Amino acid sequence: MTLDTVKHASETPEAEQPWKELGLKEDEYARIREILGRRPTGAELAMYSVMWSEHCSYKSSKVHLKQFGEKVPVNDAMLVGIGENAGVVDVGQGYAVTFKVESHNHPSYIEPYQGAATGVGGIVRDILAMGARPVAVVDPLRFGAADHPDTRRVLPGVVAGIGGYGNCLGLPNIGGEVVFDACYQGNPLVNAGCIGVMKHEDIHLAKASGPGNKVILYGARTGGDGIGGVSVLASETFESTGPAKRPAVQVGDPFQEKLLIECTLEIFREQLVAGIQDLGGAGLSCATSELASAGSGGMRVELDTVPLRDSSLSPEEILMSESQERMCAIVEPDKVDRFLEICEKWDVIATVIGEVTDGSQLEIFWHGEQIVDVPPRTVAHEGPVYNRPYARPAWQDALQADDANKLARPADAAELREQVLKLVSSPNQASKSWITDQYDRFVQGNTVLAMPEDAGMVRIDEKTNLGVAMATDGNGRYAKLDPYTGAQLALAESYRNVAASGAKPLAISDCLNFGSPEDPDVMWQFAEATRGLADGCLQLGTPVTGGNVSLYNQTGETAIHPTPVVAVLGVIDDVTRRTPVAFAEEGQLLYLLGDTHEELGGSAWSQVIHDHLGGMPPKVDLEREKLLAEILISASRDGMIDAAHDLSDGGLIQAVTESCLRGGKGARLVVPDALDSFVFLFSESAGRAVVSVPRSEELRFTDMCGARGLPVTRIGVVDGDEIEVQGEFSIPLSELRTAHEKTLPGLFA
Amino acid sequence: MTARIGVVTFPGTLDDQDSLRAVRTAGAEPVSLWHRDKDLKQVDAVVLAGGFSYGDYLRAGAIARFSPVMETIIEQAKAGLPVLGICNGFQILTEAHLLPGGMLQNNHLHFICREQKLRVETSGTAWTADYTAGQEIRIPLKNMDGRYVADERTLDELEAEGRVAFRYLDVNPNGSLRDIAGITNAAGNVVGLMPHPEHAVEPLVGTGRTDGLGFFTSILKKLVNA
Repeated sequence: MTLDTVKHASETPEAEQPWKELGLKEDEYARIREILGRRPTGAELAMYSVMWSEHCSYKSSKVHLKQFGEKVPVNDAMLVGIGENAGVVDVGQGYAVTFKVESHNHPSYIEPYQGAATGVGGIVRDILAMGARPVAVVDPLRFGAADHPDTRRVLPGVVAGIGGYGNCLGLPNIGGEVVFDACYQGNPLVNAGCIGVMKHEDIHLAKASGPGNKVILYGARTGGDGIGGVSVLASETFESTGPAKRPAVQVGDPFQEKLLIECTLEIFREQLVAGIQDLGGAGLSCATSELASAGSGGMRVELDTVPLRDSSLSPEEILMSESQERMCAIVEPDKVDRFLEICEKWDVIATVIGEVTDGSQLEIFWHGEQIVDVPPRTVAHEGPVYNRPYARPAWQDALQADDANKLARPADAAELREQVLKLVSSPNQASKSWITDQYDRFVQGNTVLAMPEDAGMVRIDEKTNLGVAMATDGNGRYAKLDPYTGAQLALAESYRNVAASGAKPLAISDCLNFGSPEDPDVMWQFAEATRGLADGCLQLGTPVTGGNVSLYNQTGETAIHPTPVVAVLGVIDDVTRRTPVAFAEEGQLLYLLGDTHEELGGSAWSQVIHDHLGGMPPKVDLEREKLLAEILISASRDGMIDAAHDLSDGGLIQAVTESCLRGGKGARLVVPDALDSFVFLFSESAGRAVVSVPRSEELRFTDMCGARGLPVTRIGVVDGDEIEVQGEFSIPLSELRTAHEKTLPGLFA
Repeated sequence: MTARIGVVTFPGTLDDQDSLRAVRTAGAEPVSLWHRDKDLKQVDAVVLAGGFSYGDYLRAGAIARFSPVMETIIEQAKAGLPVLGICNGFQILTEAHLLPGGMLQNNHLHFICREQKLRVETSGTAWTADYTAGQEIRIPLKNMDGRYVADERTLDELEAEGRVAFRYLDVNPNGSLRDIAGITNAAGNVVGLMPHPEHAVEPLVGTGRTDGLGFFTSILKKLVNA
């Protein structure tokens, strides 16, 4: 086969090209021809096809994501915003923190182990590329029905993949979520988040500037795995029949990644790079075009110098390969030797593959012949933008009218007791330790809190005890009922979780998981959710630093619930003041903070007892969330509370059960006069938390709440070895523990 | 005066920073050792930390055992240098034949990370003198290949000579024969175990207990008093 050079492309304008097979639309292909003034070469077509994919170009979501840049709260902490590999915030004492959540949904369904493993690898390299040492990971996961046979294939593979990769990197896994819902059956959501820490002066950006600087590719050799992962896999709807897509899934080598991390950090310490970018989705196409585009524009690459795992790969395949554990650095000529020396020390292969030029074109050569000659901005940053049509779904009103508050409630105390046990043993509310015990949460020796705590927390300075916390939350059921409110509830819950741990929420990253943007119903959900999230962030003062959009999470005509997952990052000046969830001290008083209304729409109770989804989700009051957070943080700092647990899915009884089991102590609860016992136990009103207060602090604590105007209700005491709801029922802790802990091992062990 | 305790970093070692911190917390001077370097920098004792040396490819610890630094460690351990192998370090010590037996994949086939109760069976080693025989401790356990195995004769010998140093209590987390969590060589200078004492040296982090600190104070006292 003749090499499709730039010259050859100019001479053969009518040659047939596989643009359709590569996932491009007809008008997109026409636009590429218009940009270049000729037909693209095979290599150029490969680059455009992956970079203009939904996954890389955000072509359907961009018009909505703009709001995150427009509705920006005043926040002094932001150092680097949206657009880089990850956002960066100031956490004080000269430290900066970078964090991000990303999706690896589609690959994880096709090949659960490698899909999930490389999801961890990708997000860790994003964080590393900012100049930071990765310090912790989190994994928000969503699967189909817990008892569906395919969930038994997907879940154990995903969990083993996250563990198999993450545990080998030496990064503690400190949080995340596991949710089951039939809507995720053919489209599990495997999101992965990472936190990195650096000093302010160490921030690195992905750009190639300075003509004459060398382009160095280092890390693993390039192989034939993951070709077209972003365009073919992540940017199309799965059909129930169709060819196997496994070759499009990447294969990870965590050992290589660990070496890459240590090697890169040593390179940063010696200030050897002018720009750096990781290779993830779209591989070399992405790294070269983005680096060149963000710099002065010109770059020349000798593609035949790229070290290969498979010598038969074509230039197109090399450009599209998503082989893992690779990075691309821009290095001044006099620093190249030292750079290569450090790579040798860590047994990392490094190759100079090109240089920055003073031109404006990205030029790629194959054995001396030019195969790419493009303006890099048109590949990386000026892809197509769609204003997809959207409309409120016809079924939305009927769904909201199907009021969950009207569902049959327990008739007597015995039935109430039975429903409590059903709730805490249901897959979504049951203990997740069978999963999280497969992740290393101790490594690095800085883990202060990890799951099942409300937020994960790590110490970042051993002398001052400065720390950061992160929680991730998202409730697709709420978002299905009302996407605007659902997105704000995800934000509010994550924010509340961070505050409950004692840390001050600073900024967020989001992973927006939705169905096909070509469906106006889905686009409406997306538009509403992004609007809700942007408005919410503005009001809470927590900017969006970056994130990821995952569309086409649907099988045939059926989309997943709209699932915006929000990760809130918080800072705590002294981690010794953190607040755990465990009720550990007998005699301490239990207080409920916030207002409880009759709100059961989208609730865990309605799902577990009635298999129902309808009505309206709980109301959001972000001013109340702010006040609650301030109280929780002050109380933690001043030693007024010994435990706190946010109230969310499952309501008060779920939170109290978890806190009691964690601390190994029971509780006696009194239903407040104004509330019905059922609503008291199961309502999911937002803006609430339960806290354990030492008797000596009671007055000081309630005075503070009173003075600040936060409703506070004494609901009981930590005591005994059962949970007793006075006048209703009691359940021994041992019975609760069995119910809560046996479910997941029973399904998956 | 204090003692210099080295911690080896192989490619893929993960708990080296934790081990260095534990050494420092106990009051000794931590010294980083590099796998390619035969020179032990005149340390008085060595910790082989946990992780996945060389990716654990082939078999856990199998490649690390042939690294330049291990040549010196094997030679000096035979001459009495105190060596503690934690998790992957334990696997390396068995591969190096400094300790008998070997490790297979956990019997439930999953990675397991939990707080584990152990009984310290002997205070007669360089690394356990600060414990009393029979003392129960709780420290983190985290591994994929933690199932200790050896032939019956070796196991009987270990028992008879009091060389089973630690045993799992309450739960045997991986199917280890005779609940063995760690062992010592006959001289008591080389000790290996699967659980992680270096993760349990300060109340703030990990599981909030300091039951592992005794390993590091034991060796420090021994070296300082020597």
